[in-house]
Amino acid sequence: MSRTSGGESAGGSSALRVEGLRKSFGANEVLRGIDLTVAPHEVIGLIGASGSGKSTLLRCVNLLERIDAGAIYLDGQLITGPAVNENLVRQHIGIVFQSFNLFPHMTVERNVTLAPMKVLGLPKAEALEQSKLLLDRFGLAEKRADYPDRLSGGQQQRVAIVRALAMQPRLMLLDEVTSALDPELVSEVLDVIRELAEGGMTMLIATHEMGFARDIASRVCFLADGQIIEQGPPAQLFSQPSDERTRRFLRRIVDAGRL
Amino acid sequence: MLGDGNRRSVALSATSTVIVLAALAALLAAAPGSRVVRHTFFNPTDMWRAFVGDPKAGYYSVGEALWLNIRMFVIAEILILIVALVVAVIRQSTGPVLLPLRIVSTVYVDVARGVPLILLIFAIGFGAPALSLRFVSSQSAAVYGVTALVISYSAYVSEVYRAGIGSVHRSQVAAARSLGLSQWTSMRYVILPQAVRNIIPPLLNDFISLQKDTALVGVLGSIEANKAAELFADTTFNYSSYAVAAVLFLLLTIPLARFTDHLIARDRTRRLAGAVQ
Repeated sequence: MSRTSGGESAGGSSALRVEGLRKSFGANEVLRGIDLTVAPHEVIGLIGASGSGKSTLLRCVNLLERIDAGAIYLDGQLITGPAVNENLVRQHIGIVFQSFNLFPHMTVERNVTLAPMKVLGLPKAEALEQSKLLLDRFGLAEKRADYPDRLSGGQQQRVAIVRALAMQPRLMLLDEVTSALDPELVSEVLDVIRELAEGGMTMLIATHEMGFARDIASRVCFLADGQIIEQGPPAQLFSQPSDERTRRFLRRIVDAGRL
Repeated sequence: MLGDGNRRSVALSATSTVIVLAALAALLAAAPGSRVVRHTFFNPTDMWRAFVGDPKAGYYSVGEALWLNIRMFVIAEILILIVALVVAVIRQSTGPVLLPLRIVSTVYVDVARGVPLILLIFAIGFGAPALSLRFVSSQSAAVYGVTALVISYSAYVSEVYRAGIGSVHRSQVAAARSLGLSQWTSMRYVILPQAVRNIIPPLLNDFISLQKDTALVGVLGSIEANKAAELFADTTFNYSSYAVAAVLFLLLTIPLARFTDHLIARDRTRRLAGAVQ
């Protein structure tokens, strides 16, 4: 992304900065002023009850939802302005959805190579080579020629992650990527994410897997009613939450045996 | 391979079919005007004469005339697939720049679907020559007929396309756009291929209808199968030619109908197989 004007630049060295973000669907205000700064290589865990705004926040960052107020900066560059090329922005931000959303009419390989070829203009041979490397790396080499409906949920989700990685994004958004999986398939996907974190990928992870968030996140944000109520290192947030709503949420999670 | 139950049901359905057909034949044979009907509509000699034709006697071969229907159908079908797709893509677009085109497409679909096809054929068949424009006004009746068919059917088929596009889940659009694909690239590689798979049966259904409606072009004077049959009837005062035309049209449409059923059945099997997984 080229800088269009100096005035649009802000946020210093942060990978992502969200300022006063508001988003409503009709009369329902889902995000009520979100402020969040993410440093390069940071892994942010977004936790909170269903409907707290985690998914909407991620979709706003990826420009899949139009925001009502506030601003979002990617690498110091305003991406929510009027003259922004959203296709260009999205090239740099990968998102993985709860329901995989692989293209069912394409093979695994085609799923992975489509965007690099059509968006980045990569030659076919190069796109195939890259896809092969990525699929190999995540244990999907044998699934290259299969269609998504032949794959298990865990495999599909790993392909979805590879598909996003093939665009070589600077930021990855993971939207409850294990929520639709059978319990025995969760760990294979979490392992992939752990590997990405160790590789230094900047990530925003909305998750219900508290144990995972505690292990992998450098910082955890607790969302409720469209606001970040509390944030901090996982050790601190999980053991000494300062806000009553955080405490209540974590107590429910513990009672459900999920932490 | 057939089990006992299966063999029994085959026997049952065969018997019931024979009984129903026999009853219908008996009814036809027992009717007071039976002999006249058989002579006027189903006379084998006249049917054969109509089929092969005799230009010197003032009538053309219905069989040969059908070739015009086939050509009109094939050309119209190709054009309809293209025009309808363009209209559908315009109608579901969202950009403000395309608003005028969206309005034009919407009005077009409303009008073309609302006007009876026969009126459209008359309007173009007699209107275009009356304009006295070079090229436009000097085409054959069949060309005007095909134009009318394309205008009318593209409106219907564009709605079929639109339903198909709507049937692709929104999450597929989100997935495509999130990778940086533009609206058009997403449409081209992700949405349309899935949409077209979903609409093949209704699309073929419209084409079965189109095959028959090529007969309407006869009103402009093109010697297609129905017109040839009419000329035979006018010349000989025997309507067996219409029976010939009917049989020929059936020979065209029934295979397409069976093929459509086959695709629907295959699709159902595939969906069921997918649901098990």
